[in-house]
Amino acid sequence: MALSAEESGRLAALLSGNAERVTQRWTEIIAGSLRGRLSQAELRRQVQDLHHAIVSTGEQGAIDLPAENATELRATLSELSRGRARQGFSATETAISIFALKDVVAELVEEAGGDNKLRDYVAYSGLIDELGLFTFESFVRTRESLIADQAEQLLELSTPVVKLWEGVVAVPLVGTLDSARAQVVMERLLQTLVDTGSPYAIIDITGVPAVDTQVAQHILKTVVAARLMGADCIISGIRPQIAQTIVALGIEFGDIATKASLADALRHVLRLTGVETARRQPRRDA
Amino acid sequence: MERVPILKIGDILLVSIQLDMSDQTAVQLQEDLAERIVATGCHGVIIDITALDIVDSFVGRMLSTIASISKVLDAETVVVGMRPAVAITLVELGLSLNGIRTALNVERGMELIAAARADEHEYQLDDDPDAETATP
Amino acid sequence: MTAGVDLGPQAQAIRSDEDVVRVRQLVRAVAVAVKLSLVDQTKVVTAASELARNTLVYGGGGSVEVTTVDNGRRRGVQIVFVDSGPGIPDLDLAFTDGYTTGGGLGLGLSGARRLVDDFHIDTSAETGTRITVTKWSR
Repeated sequence: MALSAEESGRLAALLSGNAERVTQRWTEIIAGSLRGRLSQAELRRQVQDLHHAIVSTGEQGAIDLPAENATELRATLSELSRGRARQGFSATETAISIFALKDVVAELVEEAGGDNKLRDYVAYSGLIDELGLFTFESFVRTRESLIADQAEQLLELSTPVVKLWEGVVAVPLVGTLDSARAQVVMERLLQTLVDTGSPYAIIDITGVPAVDTQVAQHILKTVVAARLMGADCIISGIRPQIAQTIVALGIEFGDIATKASLADALRHVLRLTGVETARRQPRRDA
Repeated sequence: MERVPILKIGDILLVSIQLDMSDQTAVQLQEDLAERIVATGCHGVIIDITALDIVDSFVGRMLSTIASISKVLDAETVVVGMRPAVAITLVELGLSLNGIRTALNVERGMELIAAARADEHEYQLDDDPDAETATP
Repeated sequence: MTAGVDLGPQAQAIRSDEDVVRVRQLVRAVAVAVKLSLVDQTKVVTAASELARNTLVYGGGGSVEVTTVDNGRRRGVQIVFVDSGPGIPDLDLAFTDGYTTGGGLGLGLSGARRLVDDFHIDTSAETGTRITVTKWSR
């Protein structure tokens, strides 16, 4: 519900004319609902920011939240809800910080009187609802991104990429691999190859109880991607059931090296690097 | 149009692609490289794509063509420094870069060229195509 | 964080090689703004590069529009390629890996489709070709 330019002007005048009182009342109402979990000084500063944003937007013309001229107002609202979300306040507690303005505006409109007071109050109230909903939306978004960040941290914890030898890294995969996790592991593996300059990688799936087509595809794609980057992958620890699944699903492992155990895989790689060194210095053998 | 510089280091030509190339720049590089291989008699070409944030089918084809041309001119081409995201994308795109040697970085690329040259040298000495498998 | 701030639609003509580079840069900027992962950024920019080149080579030039989209749960990049060229007579054939009429690798259309989440194509000899692709954040 956007306000007309005239209504916006009146609201701005109303709020700025009673600036001290508005911030005072507004802060009090919020403080009551938050029960002292935020200092008065900080609350007051937030309220002043909001007050300033609404007044300055209103003075420029119609207050229309999605519009260009409301950028500052949107930024102030998002900042408030981000702060609340991070500090662990509930959605209601966050929304109240905005809805509290209604009570203040109601008092002011009542005192100001005039023929339009009801219509004005309905319009202002509609705007405050919109501001509240916007705050609620950005609160939810912040919470979602917090949760996503935590999920990612958890993924990283559960998928270590370790250096086994000079030029050899390994990922011991443990537990069920879903598509999302497989993707994260594979990206990390490839990045580790670059960071450590290792031309060999061992993907050990001893701890993986089952693979489906998608996961197998992810592993295969990683092996091909590693090759494009100039590194070789060896897959080790394929259990009998998984070998059967792979064959039953018709997944072609092609010329990808597979070894029974991590130890076999490491031996294989060391032999490969050994052969390479021997080949580079043929005279030493002779 | 911008041009990609080609540096000569010993027996190797080093091309480090630092810009988002237009197709024309890519074709120009292909021509410049062929000329430089002949002019310098170098036997190795390293194309460093560390700075490239994407490789599409056009650039992929250019890399393949450069590898083939340099092969004809008796030079070994190694593409180095492909980023993980680029490699994953190429796999999805279906581009396999057949016939191109790759290495993680310039240093590994130089080792690869040296090894390839040494192999060739060895084959010439023994004149035996099975030499590789016969060596312990 | 720029949550809630929407970049408006951004248009770019495709008339030359350099324009294809500009399309890549534009798509990259928008993909970064909607916080696609690095791999997804790379995929969508690569797809845009393929399709922009198709617009130039087969469509005889055209234009592209890049917008951010939001389905409530996720944000994404939407790219629309428009040309008024001769259209694509046989779509099935055009989507076959390795098929080409332009001397390329024949991976442009089919490859680009694999790199994005949504792919929609309208083509006819009268109106030309319009391709809409979308890549969503995870």
